[in-house]
Amino acid sequence: MSHVHDVAVVGAGPAGLAAAVEAAEAGLGVLLIDTAGQPGGQYWRHYDRIHARPEDRIGHHDWPVFTRLRTRLDELAAEGRIRYLPGHQVWLITRDAEGAFTLRVTAATSTSATAGRRSGDADPTTLAAHALILCAGGYDRQLPVPGWDLPGVLTAGGAQALLKGHRTPAGQRAVVAGTGPFLLPVATGLARAGVRVAAVIEANATVGWLRSPAGAVSAPGKGVEALRYAASMLRHRIPYRTRTVIREVLGDGRVEAVRVARVDGDGRPTGPDEEIAVDLVALGWGFTPSLELPLMLGAETAQDTDGSLVVAVDDSQRSSVDGLYVAGEATGVGGATLAVQEGRLSALAVAADRGHPADPARTRRLRAAVRRARRFAAAMHRTYPLPRAWPDWLTETTLVCRCEEVPYADLRRAHHDLGAEDARTLKMLARPGMGWCQGRVCGLATAGIAAWLGGRETGVDDLRPLATRSLAVPVPLGELAALAEETTPAEALDEGGRNGD
Amino acid sequence: MTHHLSFRGVTVAAEPGQSVAAALIAAGITDWRTTGKGGRPRGLFCGIGVCFDCLITVDGIPDQRACLVAAADGMRLGDAEPGADVEPGADFEEAGRTGGEDVARA
Repeated sequence: MSHVHDVAVVGAGPAGLAAAVEAAEAGLGVLLIDTAGQPGGQYWRHYDRIHARPEDRIGHHDWPVFTRLRTRLDELAAEGRIRYLPGHQVWLITRDAEGAFTLRVTAATSTSATAGRRSGDADPTTLAAHALILCAGGYDRQLPVPGWDLPGVLTAGGAQALLKGHRTPAGQRAVVAGTGPFLLPVATGLARAGVRVAAVIEANATVGWLRSPAGAVSAPGKGVEALRYAASMLRHRIPYRTRTVIREVLGDGRVEAVRVARVDGDGRPTGPDEEIAVDLVALGWGFTPSLELPLMLGAETAQDTDGSLVVAVDDSQRSSVDGLYVAGEATGVGGATLAVQEGRLSALAVAADRGHPADPARTRRLRAAVRRARRFAAAMHRTYPLPRAWPDWLTETTLVCRCEEVPYADLRRAHHDLGAEDARTLKMLARPGMGWCQGRVCGLATAGIAAWLGGRETGVDDLRPLATRSLAVPVPLGELAALAEETTPAEALDEGGRNGD
Repeated sequence: MTHHLSFRGVTVAAEPGQSVAAALIAAGITDWRTTGKGGRPRGLFCGIGVCFDCLITVDGIPDQRACLVAAADGMRLGDAEPGADVEPGADFEEAGRTGGEDVARA
């Protein structure tokens, strides 16, 4: 093992960028690892910096916050106080007897192995740190619906990433569907790029958070943001259809139309079906936090207001595992402003715990800001819940797991005929969540179906088996083999996934 | 300068900075592999490297995520059928990359 960094930060989105900069400024030696080729995460995803044009910035929120952080990252990296490693993913974390973390990393793509490499360096595969701040963010939460695996169906975030990161509209005529405020910037972003947005299909009743006293008071500025989206929807003549869901995506080999219907408060269809011709469907049901790394290390979890599994942290972002800090969406989906504050707070905590005490007034201010933002996030989650009866939308042939192509009928059979009561057994018998994405896409749905078939509400015990992975990302065999040379994979996996499956 | 890539004998143009997936979609190509069991067409879904739906062979290297690989001039895309004939981890020699579940089982 070579150099042991004071702290490793995983993820260079809002939380990770803030954590890395703050930790370096507090005097710690920082390693920053990120999957993407450039910093910003999903929230500040942007066109390749080298080829960017001024207009690429349109539609970005809090862009000056990002550019300030990026400038500091550049400066601190140049001074050697942050080692920034873009284009790489952490696939395994273990601990040695002294408590130092060992991070195994792999290049995210065949072309990114040279990213962040200093001349003469080999591609890093093994890195070490005394403390860890995990800021892996999240991704669009998905519910299966008949036809959702047709080409032309994207996640809402995917449609937006293609626009913001690659200047490419994913179709010509779209619906944006699911629930939550995120559907609005996706719809208006597409419209601005010339896509005809036929409708935003919102499963819940209203933009009620505007009226929620808790939300409006605790997050000044959010009301203004909502009004701006409303104005933009109006300008682009995008109908906002509430209490409505997509019942089926239709098409032969690709999306041609969607069938939508009005629903009641539980998501049960009440009105007649209506067909809308589209070539792009963008789906989003809020966000799922990325938990594979904290779960690999055995961090305690909780269920957030939105139903997601999250890492339990104290008011300094410390997890239940000594030396492991978590910031941003993994501790509860709450947006970029909150993530930045949590990132800073976690860095100050690491610094304090490693003998570099922080200004107590600053810590207090950050904690108060985090509490305020958490209240707002909770109000949003309560306004945009997953419809309780969503499994009712599924047909026997609807694919629940896209990777392993597992239809709903297989899950029902595993439950009714084979007695699979819990999500873990359902997964073992019917194989949802066993393919390439390791249950990232269908994990929530599989947990929800297990609970639905068992006649209970989805809980931590349903969610956790689908969120636990022995390796965080699929890795080339050579890297597993290299691991085997040092220790047997069984040992490493046993250690890595000790609180998992 | 516009990059030129090839996909199944078709030339696909890309602006510098675009991903392989973006270049294909901009060219009107919305799917570039078929699934192992159902032979279903697949293209971009999550767009951010999470779902692995968009796997493609890039310059002979299989199972690359089209959403993450930056388009480059002269790139050859999709010469093999990634993911179509093997299950991840089912056969280590063939699959090349493997997911956690199957390793844990092995």
